[in-house]
Amino acid sequence: MIEHDVVVIGGGPAGLAAAVAARQAGAEDVCIIERDKRLGGILQQCIHNGFGLHIFEEELTGPEYAQRFIDMAQQWCVHSMLDTMVLDITPDRMITVVNNRDGLQAIKAGAVVLAMGCRERSRGALNIPGTRPAGIFTAGTAQRFVNMEGFMPGEQVVVLGSGDIGLIMARRLTLEGADVKMVCEIMPYSSGLKRNIVQCLDDFGIPLRMNHTVTKIHGKERVEGVTVAAVDQNRKPIAGSEEYVPCDTLLLSVGLIPENELSRSAGIQLNPITGGPVVDESMQTSIPGIFACGNVVHVNDLVDNVSTESAIAGKAAAMYASGMLDESKASIKVKAGPGVRYIVPNAINLTRVDDAVTLYFRVDNVYEGAALRVLTDKGILFNIKKKIIVPGEMQHIKLKKSFLTKQGDIRDIIVEVAGEGK
Amino acid sequence: MYDVVVIGAGVAGSCIARELSRYKLSVCLLDKEWDVASGTSKGNSAIVHAGYDAKPDTLQAYLNVKGNELMEQWCAELDVPFKRVGSLVLAFNDDDMYELHKLMEQGQANGVQGLRIIYKDELHAMEPYISDDAVAALYAPTAGIVCPYELTIAAAENAVVNGVDIELGQAVQSIMRESDGFEIVTTEHTIRARYVIDAAGVYADDVASMIGDNSFKITPRKGEYCILDKAKGYLAKHVIFQPPTAMGKGVLVTPTVDGNILVGPNAHDVNDKEDTATTAAGLQEIMDTARKSVPGVSERDVITSFAGLRAVSGSDFVIKASDVDNRFIIVGGICSPGLTSAPAITVMVVGLLYQAGLILDVKADFNPIRKGIPRFREMNEDERRQLIAMNPAFGRVICRCETVTEGEIIEAVNRPIPAVTLDAIKRRARAGMGRCQSGFCTPRVMEIISRERGIPVDGITKKGGRSLVLTGVLQKGDAYDDRT
Ligand SMILES: Cc1cc2nc3c(=O)[nH]c(=O)nc-3n(C[C@H](O)[C@H](O)[C@H](O)COP(=O)(O)OP(=O)(O)OC[C@H]3O[C@@H](n4cnc5c(N)ncnc54)[C@H](O)[C@@H]3O)c2cc1C
Ligand SMILES: Cc1cc2nc3c(=O)[nH]c(=O)nc-3n(C[C@H](O)[C@H](O)[C@H](O)COP(=O)(O)OP(=O)(O)OC[C@H]3O[C@@H](n4cnc5c(N)ncnc54)[C@H](O)[C@@H]3O)c2cc1C
Repeated sequence: MIEHDVVVIGGGPAGLAAAVAARQAGAEDVCIIERDKRLGGILQQCIHNGFGLHIFEEELTGPEYAQRFIDMAQQWCVHSMLDTMVLDITPDRMITVVNNRDGLQAIKAGAVVLAMGCRERSRGALNIPGTRPAGIFTAGTAQRFVNMEGFMPGEQVVVLGSGDIGLIMARRLTLEGADVKMVCEIMPYSSGLKRNIVQCLDDFGIPLRMNHTVTKIHGKERVEGVTVAAVDQNRKPIAGSEEYVPCDTLLLSVGLIPENELSRSAGIQLNPITGGPVVDESMQTSIPGIFACGNVVHVNDLVDNVSTESAIAGKAAAMYASGMLDESKASIKVKAGPGVRYIVPNAINLTRVDDAVTLYFRVDNVYEGAALRVLTDKGILFNIKKKIIVPGEMQHIKLKKSFLTKQGDIRDIIVEVAGEGK
Repeated sequence: MYDVVVIGAGVAGSCIARELSRYKLSVCLLDKEWDVASGTSKGNSAIVHAGYDAKPDTLQAYLNVKGNELMEQWCAELDVPFKRVGSLVLAFNDDDMYELHKLMEQGQANGVQGLRIIYKDELHAMEPYISDDAVAALYAPTAGIVCPYELTIAAAENAVVNGVDIELGQAVQSIMRESDGFEIVTTEHTIRARYVIDAAGVYADDVASMIGDNSFKITPRKGEYCILDKAKGYLAKHVIFQPPTAMGKGVLVTPTVDGNILVGPNAHDVNDKEDTATTAAGLQEIMDTARKSVPGVSERDVITSFAGLRAVSGSDFVIKASDVDNRFIIVGGICSPGLTSAPAITVMVVGLLYQAGLILDVKADFNPIRKGIPRFREMNEDERRQLIAMNPAFGRVICRCETVTEGEIIEAVNRPIPAVTLDAIKRRARAGMGRCQSGFCTPRVMEIISRERGIPVDGITKKGGRSLVLTGVLQKGDAYDDRT
């Protein structure tokens, strides 16, 4: 049997940052297991720039950003098993992997970091009625075809959903000569970043239809068109507003779902809102010794946040593996209050916090002139006034350890939005 | 000149072709689509019915019970997943109770074994997630579930191995009667045969009318379905029906042989024989109706939806030698329970051919055994190790949702009926049938098809014909040179 101090599952930015941090924190033997043929995760197909503004203060492309971490991992002698799929993990950290070189292998880990990323919601998950022809892609699959394989997925394109990948692909396909007819968004606001709407749609004159959805797919062999309709406040199509849009391709950018098959089979508690593991300030899951970070926990829009959060997980995993992680129970619960859809982490053990803990969360609506309010079971701590808060951009609030200690014996920390949604 | 041409490679035609391959005959199996099981046989409830639904003394009643009996052997020989899980028809009130008793009597008249009515405690112990409102159920232990497309594929493969020719993508356009047989004109060929089997599903009436037989008419009746994520597989252990209605057996909730939950169908007559589109209203209807049986059925867990067309012609199957020419055997109106009945239909069709003068000499070397593609996902560790030791390609996972390996896909590509489209791979190896619905594995599967068959990646289709997945090649720049 193979043994490692820390095993990281997934070699995307989350796994890479966790592995490097684990080595820096003293773990001798750290191994990343990645099912793809190379490290870098989803970033390998994101050849546009805009990565790393916060961490490197530079605009890097996805592969460039990933390469910086791959180089660091190499400097720190992180091992990796590529083209290898993790099939199973147990609560006592036995990992079953398979590849075509060594077949099935069992690995024993001192600590495990889950960094499997996420997958895209498919047409089936939306249950869009109609026929089932060729020409329906998730935006990420189309991105892989264009950026990695060098193929065109279609010529006349309708994009459903204004998630970042969809916006970026609208631009990418336009640059490659496709006619992107429109982007439909069922909500009154976009789930993508503002800068992506401007740079990917507005600059190319691609219309963004808010409060619109695709109600039917047409075509027997290849997509021939879609029916687009306006929706009411309950997101139900408005009769009479249907419009037939001829196209040969429908791209879906309708959300990402954390990839937690392994977590589920290990019996790790999942948050029903995010679909990812419930974690504490050290990114430890409900099973001691198993940590999680990156998109497997909650879907991030900025890779910089992923790297920061993952370093915490890697460091804690190293400490756990060497028996140095404080094992007392987290005493403070972190809760999403009104207006907040979810929050990470879900609990804090102050004894394990060095200097500060950062709360990451998303709001459930567009709020203008509202405030983010942080309170405890004892009362309000503070308000942060905001011009505008949107669900598409993850919020974070940093709480100093010294500040929290001063509050005395608190049981709950709650973050909420003070103000009216749009 | 073939002895027999079978038109339609659905479950009926494919099973008939396999049965005919026992004899010293030259046989050709034809379909207009680019794979077998591309019609109704891929879009149905996948239930091996016990046989209490059909009116006594009908072909449906006889062939259902007989087919149910034969199914076990067929599936064992052909290595097709089949589970006798039993079915339950729920009753919610006194009217339903009356229906249950009627069904039970009918079933007994049809020769169905083991039927009994069970009451609340036993029922809820058997199915913990059904509605509290269900007060009793008709339990049929002989009912089961099967993989309908795998049964069709397996039968067709076994037929091919035993010498049957198969022609895909060949729509029959006209048939000429001649003294010694028939001349069949398809999209690309003219094929001659002494006997013809018309197993063309919803088109069986159109094909029959090509020789002037207008004795029956088929109305397509659409049924829509949703498939739920395997994580919800615990919701049903048996096939759970509601009391039947005038339009059919009603909406059911059932496990599939792969561990998903299948919900559906509704029943609406349509005009277009190609109309297998799902509708918003229809999907809503089946989910709402299903919740009456199993309240935990939720839109949140749907991974895909589809529809199939029942070939309805009156109230029974139409299986007969044509009055116009008794060398033309009609296998029409094969609506439900056609899948269940398929093994029994073959026996009846062979009888009709014999009566029409076909000489049936048993082949000494007929091989009834077909080995399916290994299923890595269902194996234990030892079996997995052995498989990978035999061929390392079984150690490389391609479809992560269903844990399908490269070895399985390579095998699917190289089967007796090669799978060269995404849908064909999907139905043989299950790649792309999981919760991400092929988002992840599509590029990888295309690469394997391309490599194994020497087809350019941008020439690969979803299901043959003009269903191209990609629309062209990009100008390759530096960005692509490092692909591995
Ligand atoms: C299309 C797109 C565009 C984006 N654009 C930007 C941008 O412009 N700027 C920005 O800052 N951020 C952007 N982001 C966000 C950021 O890049 C992601 O949030 C980040 O990549 C997530 O990292 P991760 O490591 O959690 O996941 P991933 O990168 O998905 O990595 C997970 C890895 O785990 C592996 N894995 C999963 N399961 C297993 C298993 N069982 N066995 C072995 N390996 C496994 C996977 O193969 C994968 O390599 C974008 C994200 C996407 C998807
Ligand atoms: C909603 C629904 C639920 C059902 N549930 C069940 C169930 O649970 N249990 C059960 O036992 N049965 C069930 N059935 C019935 C069962 O699915 C059918 O009886 C069975 O699949 C019919 O098989 P087939 O071979 O006759 O038709 P098909 O599978 O439709 O095959 C006919 C083939 O003929 C080909 N064809 C047509 N015209 C031409 C032409 N001109 N030239 C060449 N080829 C042609 C078509 O392409 C097609 O492949 C259900 C049916 C439906 C629609």
